[in-house]
Amino acid sequence: MPIEFPVLNFFALSPIIVVIVLALVVMFMDMLSSDKTVLGYLTVFGLFGALMPCVPLLNQTKAPTFQNMVVSDGYAVVFYIIFIVTALLSSLIALTYLENRGMQQGEYYILILLSTSGMMLMAASTDLIVTFLGLEIMSIALYVLAGFNRRSISSGEAGLKYFLLGAFASAFFLYGVAFIYGATGSTNIHEIGGWFSTNEIYQSNPIALVGLALLIIGFAFKVAAVPFHWWTPDVYHGAPTSATAFMAVGAKAAGFAALVRILAISFGGVFTVQWQIAISLLAVITMTSGNIAALAQKDVKRMLAYSSIAHAGYLLVGVAALPASNELYRVQAVSGLLFYLMSYAFMNIGAFAVVALLEKQGKIGTKLSDYTTLSTRQPFVAFVMLLFMFSLTGIPPFIGFWGKWYIFWAAVDANLGWLAAIGMINSAISAFYYLSVVVQMYMHTEQADVETTPIALPAPIAIAVTVTAMFTLLFGLWPTPLINLMSLAVFG
Amino acid sequence: MIGNWQSVIDKQRMTNLIWLVIALPLAGALFNGIFGRRVGYQVVAKVAPTMVFLAFLIGLGGAFETYARHGKAQLVTLWTWAEIGELNIPISFLVDPLSMTMVLVITGVGFLIHIYATDYMVHHHHGETHPDRDFARFFTFLNLFIASMLVLVLGDNYLMMFIGWELVGACSYLLIGFWHDRGDDPQPAIEIEGGEAVQVAPLLSPAASGMKAFVVNRIGDVGFALGVFLIWTTFGTLQFDQLFSRIASSAEMYRESALHGEFTVISMIALLLFIGAMGKSAQIPLYVWLPDAMAGPTPVSALIHAATMVTAGIYMIVRSNIIYTSAPNVSFLVAMVGALTAFFAATIALVQVDLKRVLAYSTVSQLGYMFMAVGVGAYTAGMFHLVTHAFFKACLFLGAGSVMHALGDVIDIRRMGGLRKKMPHTAMTFYLGGLALAGFPLTAGFFSKDEILAKTFEYSPMLWGIGIVTAGMTAFYTFRAIFLAFEGEPRDQELYDHAHENRLAVTAPLWILAVLAIFGGLLGLPAPLLHGVGIDIPHAMENWLHPVIQQVGHHEVHHLPFITELALFLISGFLGVASIGLAYYFYIVDRSIPQNLARSTHPIFALLVNKYYIDELYNTVFVKPALTLSNTMSRGIDQTLIDGIVDGSAYGIAELGKYLSQLQNGFISRYALATFIGVLFLVGYFFLGGQFPNWIY
Repeated sequence: MPIEFPVLNFFALSPIIVVIVLALVVMFMDMLSSDKTVLGYLTVFGLFGALMPCVPLLNQTKAPTFQNMVVSDGYAVVFYIIFIVTALLSSLIALTYLENRGMQQGEYYILILLSTSGMMLMAASTDLIVTFLGLEIMSIALYVLAGFNRRSISSGEAGLKYFLLGAFASAFFLYGVAFIYGATGSTNIHEIGGWFSTNEIYQSNPIALVGLALLIIGFAFKVAAVPFHWWTPDVYHGAPTSATAFMAVGAKAAGFAALVRILAISFGGVFTVQWQIAISLLAVITMTSGNIAALAQKDVKRMLAYSSIAHAGYLLVGVAALPASNELYRVQAVSGLLFYLMSYAFMNIGAFAVVALLEKQGKIGTKLSDYTTLSTRQPFVAFVMLLFMFSLTGIPPFIGFWGKWYIFWAAVDANLGWLAAIGMINSAISAFYYLSVVVQMYMHTEQADVETTPIALPAPIAIAVTVTAMFTLLFGLWPTPLINLMSLAVFG
Repeated sequence: MIGNWQSVIDKQRMTNLIWLVIALPLAGALFNGIFGRRVGYQVVAKVAPTMVFLAFLIGLGGAFETYARHGKAQLVTLWTWAEIGELNIPISFLVDPLSMTMVLVITGVGFLIHIYATDYMVHHHHGETHPDRDFARFFTFLNLFIASMLVLVLGDNYLMMFIGWELVGACSYLLIGFWHDRGDDPQPAIEIEGGEAVQVAPLLSPAASGMKAFVVNRIGDVGFALGVFLIWTTFGTLQFDQLFSRIASSAEMYRESALHGEFTVISMIALLLFIGAMGKSAQIPLYVWLPDAMAGPTPVSALIHAATMVTAGIYMIVRSNIIYTSAPNVSFLVAMVGALTAFFAATIALVQVDLKRVLAYSTVSQLGYMFMAVGVGAYTAGMFHLVTHAFFKACLFLGAGSVMHALGDVIDIRRMGGLRKKMPHTAMTFYLGGLALAGFPLTAGFFSKDEILAKTFEYSPMLWGIGIVTAGMTAFYTFRAIFLAFEGEPRDQELYDHAHENRLAVTAPLWILAVLAIFGGLLGLPAPLLHGVGIDIPHAMENWLHPVIQQVGHHEVHHLPFITELALFLISGFLGVASIGLAYYFYIVDRSIPQNLARSTHPIFALLVNKYYIDELYNTVFVKPALTLSNTMSRGIDQTLIDGIVDGSAYGIAELGKYLSQLQNGFISRYALATFIGVLFLVGYFFLGGQFPNWIY
């Protein structure tokens, strides 16, 4: 019997490896260096290094590797880019935010990096066990990040809540994997898909169906879809703002990365009607209740938490559009989803950066009323916040408009016009709370008892808001290069 | 040396840099808009014209290279702005003889007007200089206008043309209303010796005039936009080259069916686009905004409302010539509307007492000529007249502005007289521009107008008749205004005493434009006529624009017999001279004649002074009912019904939001329970087969 040597293509996973090695280097440096700011900068520059191998990987033939456990296809690599950019920007925010609150510690950056590596693994995985591994690597680091501010009760509460409910979600996911393994005898997503296509009589197998339902529930937790979102407002509000920015974008993108791959490959030809309806309904209640609850918020950070739920709903519209009638539409739905996630990374991290900047203890809080004089106290920050709010609403010519455009278009192509219509109504509702921030910043300046002292803008966070604002506007005016990049995201 | 030139041309440097033609004025607008107030008016006055001049130089290079490649069109694509499904929107420019002609007119005349405006917008008073309060804002808008107009003419598809079309409209609105704090301007009645005085309606305030221009243009723009949509749905492209080659392949067929009384889709497109042109180029019935647009600063009247923006409709039709050739029925309509507009506007211009309004109605009338030309298929002649008109009408408007500047903003010719002695340069250039407008033999305006009339005669002697009568009136009202303003005795001694010639920044552009108004005719010498007397000089404009005009079918080009050409030439030349003579007799020799005439034809005179009461008619028929309707709607329906629904639903949603956040009570056990209920639902749904009845789709 010939011995089969495993195919180990390390280059295919090089971005993940760079991120993990970077985490180890930071950990090592943490022991040597007393100035923890250096670690933050090291993280930022190291992440640029992780971005490097993504370029050749995008142009390389896509071969499964590590015995079909992972694949480095265009889809995975584009997600690598999204995760690395997210980690990079939120590290920049953390540099200022942690410094201001006296909690600049090396562990923070290590956790960010480890969590990023977990997200990347989720995007690359073609085996449910590896997906679970990535999910846990990501989540455990996030639990700690949420509770990172030891001196704050609400931060500790956030960590604990996230952990308990996250464990709940992991259990559902694992349970789902078990059901699917029981039904098909495999955990490899290609083999699962293949099994269904060769054993057509089992295509109504309730065991596999329940497994699918549990998988969807597991991911719905991670992407904060209603009714599995309960942890989100409390955790996002309690966690350090720099960590919230990272979670809101990164964890959501990772959840969608794995969900879309599994649905498209394992369940692309089977149960499509069922999961399309289920995902559509999830999308409707997620968008609607996220937006409506956000309306009632008087705190910008909490408002953004609810808004992130609503955005999960828009993204679910894109997922529901996956079983479209032809290949072109399917590719459009996937690239639209990725475009949305990238755009969401820019505008949402930008908005959280502004919140983090203003959230200096004692001086200004996260309440909506605290933003009253911003346009006079810090006109630049007020202006970029205006850009982010417009973009999150989906007003052209900002990047958020194109994200919504591509997703809703994909829904229409998949004969889900009604879903796109509900999405558009929701966008209109969201204008109320996004624009109320703008109104607060620009139009309520004549009150007497407001502070007028200028607000300092430290370099790292200034870079973060400038870069995100620039991309928000630039890719809004000219989305073509970004959508071209996203169209490289095909399954291997 | 020649070889070097050739290689320079081969590289098409300037053509590839054509985007700079737009970018430079845009940069000027941005600079003046952001820093203009801080850097002071002198810097603004240097930056704005310099940008336009640099754009002119690049345009000159582009035109030269276009000439060198024998007029072959060149596409310069910058980037793809957006790809949405099948709709691909590239940002690309078309460099061909037509666009280059427009670029040179816009930047060339635009540059002279910018120079003029640097002094016009400054008030000199007892040796002190007071720049206008919003000097920087003025030049920001003026540069922005140049950039927008260039987008209109350089775009290689109807979408970019439409974007430019809207942008110039917005700039026009901003500049007409530039002095937005000024009110309506009441006008004294026209006294007639021994007769009843004729009341004159007050001039609209700049803000109201801007609004009027904007609203009337919107009506046309709806037509234009519908035309563009129809092109898109019919042919699936908005790119000129693709679209025109698609139409050209079946142009003969469209033409034939249109000639047999069928209203084809091409006819519909042509009609809708023409509605847009009616608004932008001030043709019946949408011309009413242009006379009121004179409320803007005079350089604006010269640049936007005489030389460039209002000619956008002509440009559009010449660009779309294959569409109009394929729709002879609509082309006939274009020619008719043009001829009627030319005639009616000229009759109104006969009796106006405001120097700028005389010129405004004259612009409407001359635009009518151009539409008549393109309507009868003489696209080159239309473009030729567009160019010469830009020269002489800009010259006349700037001259009127020079008079206004000298008289402290007085523009009523009843208070002028004898100004030639005080303002020799202004008077001389005004005479030269006036000669060109009047079609005095051998001036630029004579050649271009004569060509239109000759081509019209070929098409329909009836239209020619309207045209020739209009030409006579044109010469008459032009010199009526000139004689009243510059000759005779001063009628307002105080004004006269304060009058003075303006500075070089004002007179130099006047002279350059006056020279162009006289010699611009060299661009289009009447080749058939010269050929008949044995001189072979080609018609430069026709050869230059030849690649742009697409021929339909193979019907041979037949010229009028030499003797007819000559007769038409002599008639129009004679008529121009005779009308000037008549004006001389009326207003210099015996001033009682016009008074007697006004008295004996009092009703007609009053009708003309009041512009056929068209404004009043529109007010009664459209504006007032619309206002009444919108008031009713806003009170009755909007405030009670719609607001009620909107406010009510907003309130309901806000309450629901509060309720939803109360569910978020912080207890983790509650969260787990709620989650579990969700899990039960979802798993249950899947377990039960996970299908809904079909009606959900």
